[in-house]
This record gives sequence, C-alpha cells and structure tokens, in this order.
Amino acid sequence: MLEFEDIQHILLTRTPALTGRYIFVKFGNAESGRAWLRGILRTVRSAAAVDTSKNKSSWVTVAFTWNGLRALGVDEETLSGFPDEFRQGMAARAEVLGDTGPNAPEHWVDGTNRLDLHAIAILFARDAQERGRCEVEHDELLTRCPGVEVISSLELEATPPYHYAHDHFGYRDRLSQPVIEGTEDIPYAGCGGPLKAGEFILGYPDESSQPYPMPDQKLSRNGSYMAYRRLEEHVGKFREFLAEHGETSEEQELIAAKLMGRWRSGAPLTLCPEKDDPELGADLNRANDFNYAKEDPHGYAVPLGSHMRRMNPRDTAVNMNRRRMIRRGATYGPHLPEGQADDGRERGIAAFVICASLIRQFEFAQNVWANDKNFHELGNERDPIIGNNHEGTLEYKIPKRPIRKKIVGLPAFTTVRGGAYFFLPGIEALNYLANLGSTARAAIPETEGASA
Amino acid sequence: MATVLERPKVSKALPPEKVKGRQSAVAIPEGGYFPDKVEQGRFGPIFPRTPLNYGFTIIAKIKPGTQANFYQYARNIEEGVAATPDLLDVLKLHTLKWALFDIKGDTYFMYQGIFDTDFDKYTEDAVNIFSSTGLDTVFENLEGFPEDWKSNPQAFIRFVREHHRPSFLEYAEYSYVTAKEVKSALEVKNGLANVLDNMQL
Repeated sequence: MLEFEDIQHILLTRTPALTGRYIFVKFGNAESGRAWLRGILRTVRSAAAVDTSKNKSSWVTVAFTWNGLRALGVDEETLSGFPDEFRQGMAARAEVLGDTGPNAPEHWVDGTNRLDLHAIAILFARDAQERGRCEVEHDELLTRCPGVEVISSLELEATPPYHYAHDHFGYRDRLSQPVIEGTEDIPYAGCGGPLKAGEFILGYPDESSQPYPMPDQKLSRNGSYMAYRRLEEHVGKFREFLAEHGETSEEQELIAAKLMGRWRSGAPLTLCPEKDDPELGADLNRANDFNYAKEDPHGYAVPLGSHMRRMNPRDTAVNMNRRRMIRRGATYGPHLPEGQADDGRERGIAAFVICASLIRQFEFAQNVWANDKNFHELGNERDPIIGNNHEGTLEYKIPKRPIRKKIVGLPAFTTVRGGAYFFLPGIEALNYLANLGSTARAAIPETEGASA
Repeated sequence: MATVLERPKVSKALPPEKVKGRQSAVAIPEGGYFPDKVEQGRFGPIFPRTPLNYGFTIIAKIKPGTQANFYQYARNIEEGVAATPDLLDVLKLHTLKWALFDIKGDTYFMYQGIFDTDFDKYTEDAVNIFSSTGLDTVFENLEGFPEDWKSNPQAFIRFVREHHRPSFLEYAEYSYVTAKEVKSALEVKNGLANVLDNMQL
C-alpha cells in the first residue's frame, strides 16, 4: 500500500507545466536552511493532497543535494549511507554521463556544478500570474531567511501551440511513462504492466524480488532520487539539418521522424512508417502499442540508433523493468517561429528523471543507451537527440533497402547547460529535516500534505 | 652502455579503423590501462578495447570440496543454452572458457570471456539472468564471493574487478569485429549459396 500522504506529488502526479520556475539555493548555515525549508514546506503537497485539490494552479517540490543534506545538519553516519553516485553529484560523474567537451560541467551556466548547491525548489504553475504570486511569496521567505542565497533560477515557458506538450524541435512529449503498482493509473497498451513501487520510491519492494537497500529509514522512506538536466536545443541548427537532408517538407518531416523514431506528431514509425498520422500520435493508447524484435528487427521503420529506440528498446533488451524512469519537466526559453533565423538565445528542456537508483536507471540510460557508440553494434553513433555528438565525427545510419542512408558528421542538436543529483524526501522526512537540531518538535509547521 | 627499457605508456598499435578485420596485436601496460586514455564507466575505469574488443580473465580460489558443483554447472549451462540459444545474448559474447587448475594443493577457477562491450555496461542484466535462470551456483563456490550479490550488483562487480587479471598482450586474426558482424557475414554467405543453388534450376 503506497503512502500517498507522505510522497511528494511530483513522483506520482503529472501537473500542468505551462510555466514555472526552478530555484537553486545555497544555505549559508544549517539554521537558515532549516528556516527556509520550514517556510516552503507549507506549500509542498503530497500525492494525496494534490489528488484532492484539482482547482490548484501551482505545485511546489523541494529536493536536496547530498551537500545540502549535510548543510542542513544530517549526521555523518546517515550521510555515508547514501549511494556513491549521489554523494559525488552529477558534475563529478560527467564522464560516465557523456558530459564532456561542450557538455562538460565547467561550461554549465546555472551554477549547478557548484559544491555549495544545496537545494532546489520546483514550481510549476498554470499561468504567469500564479507564477508571479508564488515568486513574490518566495522572495518574502528569502528575506526572512538571511543566509539562504539563490544561486540561479530558470523560468519555464511552454512553447506554442499550447494544447499539447512538445519540445522546441516540435516533437510531442509525455508519450510514454511507467505506471506504478498501487496507483490508479492504467498503463497504455504496449507499455507493459504496472511496475513495483520500489523502482521509483524508496521503502517498497522493487522488480528484483530481492531485499532493497535504503540509506536511512526516517529520511528516505517515501523518497526518491532526481537527476536534473538542463538541455539546450539548437533549433536553428536542427532546422538547417532537416533542410540539408530533405528537399520537400515531407522529406524533412521524415528525417526528423527517423532521428526520433516518431513523427513530430508522436505517431511511431513502427505503426506508420511512410506517412504521418497525427490522430494516432495523439492517441496514447495506440501510439505505444508496438514492439521491435519481430516487427522491425533491422530498423527499416525505426532506426536502431533513434532516440526512441535507445531510450526504450522494449523487447530488444532484457531486464527492462529495472531500467524505467519517471520524467517530469518543462521547456524554457523563447519559441523560435518556423522560418526565423536562430536568434542565439538559449532555449531547451529542463527535466527531471526520477528513479530509485541513479546508477542502475538514469546513469545506465545515459552511459549505455544514449552515449555508447556501439549500442546495437552500430559503431560510431550516439543518440541523435541527447547523445554527446559534439565531436562532429559521429554517424547516423537510416536502414533502407537496397542501401542504407548514412549521415556522416551528425551535428550536436543539444548541449547540456546544467545538471545535478537531488534527493526527494517524503513529507515526514522534510519535516524531520526542517526541525533537525530543534528540541521544539511541536513547532513543526503543519503542511497541507500531512493534514490531508 | 646499459639499455633503459621503457614501458609503453602510449599505445603504438594501429587504431581500429586501420586494422578492422585484419591481423593486429596490442601490448598493454602493466595494470591493464593506457594512462592517456582511461574511460570512466559507471563502476570505475573501463579496461581498454583491444583487437578482441573487450574481455576479462577472472582467477579465484574455489571453496575446498566444491569441485563437483563446477561440473554440474557445466551441464546446467549446456542444457540451458541448448534449450534457449539466446540465453546469454545480453552479454554480447564471442566466447567463454571455464577451467579449474591446482596450485600447491588449492584449486583455482579461471573464467575467461571475450565480449563486444565492456562487462560493466550490462552487469546488472547479467546478474539478473544468472539469478533468474538458476545459473548462479558456480560463483557462489568461489572464496570471497559476496553472499548478497543478487541484490548488490556493485559487490558482484567489485569481486569481478578484484579477481580480473588484465592481459598484457592481445592478438586477433580478425581485429575489432563484432559477433554480430561475424554472424551476419555467415548469413550473407549462406544466403548467397542458396541463391546460387536456385540459379541451377
């Protein structure tokens, strides 16, 4: 039985992310950090509380780096129980993740590579007015917490058209997401059955049927790990590439689809290899209902190295239930209208990958699926969308009879601009952290989540 | 004047693209890595790719009196692969060799594998296969093998790393070729033979 009232809503609920802000903070000292947390806790809701407040228009999540937990005063023994990759942090794991060259942490623009990055407050809001209201509220909180410093913040903004989620390249997003056993969600056809909660939430059995390690019961129960990625999308370069490889708009759409594995509408090439079917793309129960091993073993429809096939190889990989991840996030930066030259401003996706094991789930996907040049024995290829293609010497092969199309020198369409590993505590654990070192337990501010 | 012998710090071997499919040899520095190009994997540095691609040679002492378990394991693997030919597919294997040998009254186990990917990449998948198919007995007969290996792939990987004896020289008659390429070449050859047979009609 999942403890919905103790799990932060972001883990189980996909709230609208039309706008919002990520705020990265540093605690000058433990008490200032705890005061900030006590203040913001009032706005942090559990999965249960979000379910009962459909009329809400803003949603807040709080998470900490390992250094942040230490800054709040968590004892060394507890801290040493966290897994190495979390303790080291994302910047230290750069080579494992493919964050080298222009993707390397020394080029990150938001201070997330700093060792004194302690926490993140995530705000998703339904509109700019609500976002503004929350920002003012947070600014007021900061004035009451001297010693808490905002390292950087990122304003989120959906890109037009607004009636469905998509990135700046135009690819439909939020297409497939694992379903957790014990929730009311029903998996879409082709997505497999619900997965054991322990794959995503600490303190529950996972898919291994083995005992599952948990750093510290009071701190980690109903918690999880979040990998943050700020990924700039080079829209101008992407459009130039399509124009270079496709004479007509139909040909350009096909090239875009071959990189992703889906048409930009979301329709998978497995089900409509020749022509887009936007209606199918919008129908999540049909848009995921396919496999590869028998239907497309050679990649004639979905190239073996395409983003969709790398990020979810379905029946062409084993142990898939131990590699799934929950994705949350939004786009940022201004929309670049079609036909307009790139203005050089940064735009992209700022997303969170939520999983119970960063090394087994997130790092595996980055290291093996996205950046192994020899994935599926392709040789000299990386994920065409999120892989590190900055060397400019990598290829992209599109199987086709009689002879495949081989693109040599695939450009990098994305650059990593920031990233960090966070621990996402449950509501009770947030209260515990907020009052560390305090004897006046009665002074704990009651949260909406805890009272729901 | 005495000659000073310097260990090769930087590989003089021809790069893969120059010798792919042909003969080549690579001398590997002591310790198993080329200091100028150590790639970091999720579980630590990755042993370098050679003309054989990737591989390991694990040598460990067995628990006294467990020899029979190894011979039973051999029969299990034989039956497992016969029943499910792609049982070990995830390991991206070329070959595996298992051997037992004695040193001063103790029995040691050697396990040598040639892979198309470094072993760390798919270790959790391998552990999952071993534990879910009952092919797990042989490692449990090795001294020092972690008892919680099924739930702790990192402990499994640590054991493998600690007992791996890196090569100092590797040679291939056909370098840097994947098992998939070999199998594909044989398919093409057999396919062409079929075409030629059909042309006789």
